[in-house]
Amino acid sequence: MIETHAVSKRYGDTLVVDNVSLSIPRGGFTSIIGPNGAGKSTLLSMISRLTPMSSGSVMVDGLDVTRTPGNVLARRLSILRQDNQTSLRLTVRDLVAFGRFPHSGGRLTAEDHRHVDEAMEYLRLDAYRDRPIDELSGGQRQRAYVAMVMCQDTEYVLLDEPLNNIDMRFAVDMMQLLRRAADEKGKTVVVVLHDINFASCYSDHIIAMRQGKPAYQGTPQEIIRDEVLRDLYEMDIGVHEVDGQRICVYFRKG
Amino acid sequence: MTHHISSPATGSPSRATLWLFLLLVLVVVLGLCSLNVGASRMNLLNVFGADPDDRISKLLFVSRLPRTVALILAGAALAVAGAILQMMARNRLVDTSTTGPMEAAALGMLVLAIVVPQGLPLWARFLVVSSFAAGGILLFLGVLKRMPLRSALIVPLVGLVMAAVVHAGSGLLAHHFDLSQSLRAWGSGDFSAVLRGRYELLWIAAVLTVAAMLLADRFTVIGMGRDFATNVGVNYTRLLAAGVVLVSLIVGSVVVTAGVIPFIGLVAPNLVRLITGDNLRRAIPLIALMGAALLLCADLLGRLLIHPYEVPSSNILSIGGCLIFLGILLHGRSRWA
Repeated sequence: MIETHAVSKRYGDTLVVDNVSLSIPRGGFTSIIGPNGAGKSTLLSMISRLTPMSSGSVMVDGLDVTRTPGNVLARRLSILRQDNQTSLRLTVRDLVAFGRFPHSGGRLTAEDHRHVDEAMEYLRLDAYRDRPIDELSGGQRQRAYVAMVMCQDTEYVLLDEPLNNIDMRFAVDMMQLLRRAADEKGKTVVVVLHDINFASCYSDHIIAMRQGKPAYQGTPQEIIRDEVLRDLYEMDIGVHEVDGQRICVYFRKG
Repeated sequence: MTHHISSPATGSPSRATLWLFLLLVLVVVLGLCSLNVGASRMNLLNVFGADPDDRISKLLFVSRLPRTVALILAGAALAVAGAILQMMARNRLVDTSTTGPMEAAALGMLVLAIVVPQGLPLWARFLVVSSFAAGGILLFLGVLKRMPLRSALIVPLVGLVMAAVVHAGSGLLAHHFDLSQSLRAWGSGDFSAVLRGRYELLWIAAVLTVAAMLLADRFTVIGMGRDFATNVGVNYTRLLAAGVVLVSLIVGSVVVTAGVIPFIGLVAPNLVRLITGDNLRRAIPLIALMGAALLLCADLLGRLLIHPYEVPSSNILSIGGCLIFLGILLHGRSRWA
């Protein structure tokens, strides 16, 4: 279980995350949605100890993330942020293999190779295995990073906007993959999403943030509703039931 | 020119192994040439022949062999130090000689000459000069950390400014204490004064080079950035500190032994990058050999150009390194970050 206790982040006078206490249960697929500047990404990166908290604490299975040794936490929780710029010339396989670093410290065992191959296959990267990542398209590179995080094989998988730069086919593939990781392998997947329809179709649990605080939490049925979304995004969003999925329509005003 | 090395084989281990072998042969050949070239005539065969010439074997073991060994150790260590600094700065266009550490080490030599003109034991000089080098690295990385915009070209420019500032400061100080000539001598390093008993410090650099090879994966992770490193459980700050220690001790040992040697740490990693990419696990052995080959080459040229006199290898490297580097830039891709 991930628990945050009174977590805040302040940049100068701006409170980006405001005294957040919440818990994300073990297992299942949790989406964090909300308008720009709601503090979603900042919260995620404090949970994963990438950004220091101004106050509060975060526990992952009872481990305080700021005090637990980095490599212990790295075998339990993985995090992929949005902007993964690098100038290094690494092959896709090299990059993905770094996901095994917390387990084997660079000397890959047969099991590590199995994990790497499996993750590459999952994300359809086989054709690019020896290509340098700096020569890939944005979407291909994003898939390579997600493959890396997948083969890190942690209980908790945290992703910030994993659908960035990815076309529809791969976006659906990626969400299916994450859903399967939750269903078949019992992973706890926590994803910051901008596309509320993906959140609606794939989540077990949605945390809707606004102005640095979780404004609503609940199942898609509870969150993906006209009145909730209007309050959250300050615009009219029609929710329609299509083939048993709750789909939001908001592309044209009035 | 947009042509670039064909990429599919970039990461293949067999390619790296082939180049490892080629570079090893190159270093051995250059090393043998280096043993055979000098002001007094000497043929290696005479040493091991049926009738060994005592004068020649003395020359070999007191002067020629130490010089050649020093060149190999210093070249390899500087190249590896450059690669590590590039990972720490997350920029491929920097080197210890273009961002301040080397200049800071020369400043250390100067300060020593002013404060303790009677001289200190070798190890003490080594430690003082290395601390100055460490100061240079920390200054550079500190300024980088405070820069909001870290574009690919701004970083090396900031480095050049830092190096120039340190260099100018040393110049002023040297002028005041009438040590300008000494400063110039340390500033253009060469290996002509290397004899048995005057290069052994470089074995420390060799040990550090091996240490860097053992930490290769971690330095690659560092090169991917703080978040990436934290995610895979590498302690970014601690490793950065280890990098500063490694690089400054390498720079210190080379500057105390030979003076400032420019460009090796810039050129060798960038040449190897074209061969195997940036995964240091594969690249570091190649980078070390490439550095050794470059320094051997520069030293040989310096000894042959105006034989029997010598041009300092640092001068050759400044010119040659510049040209090679321009070549790499034009030949390579437009994206250098």
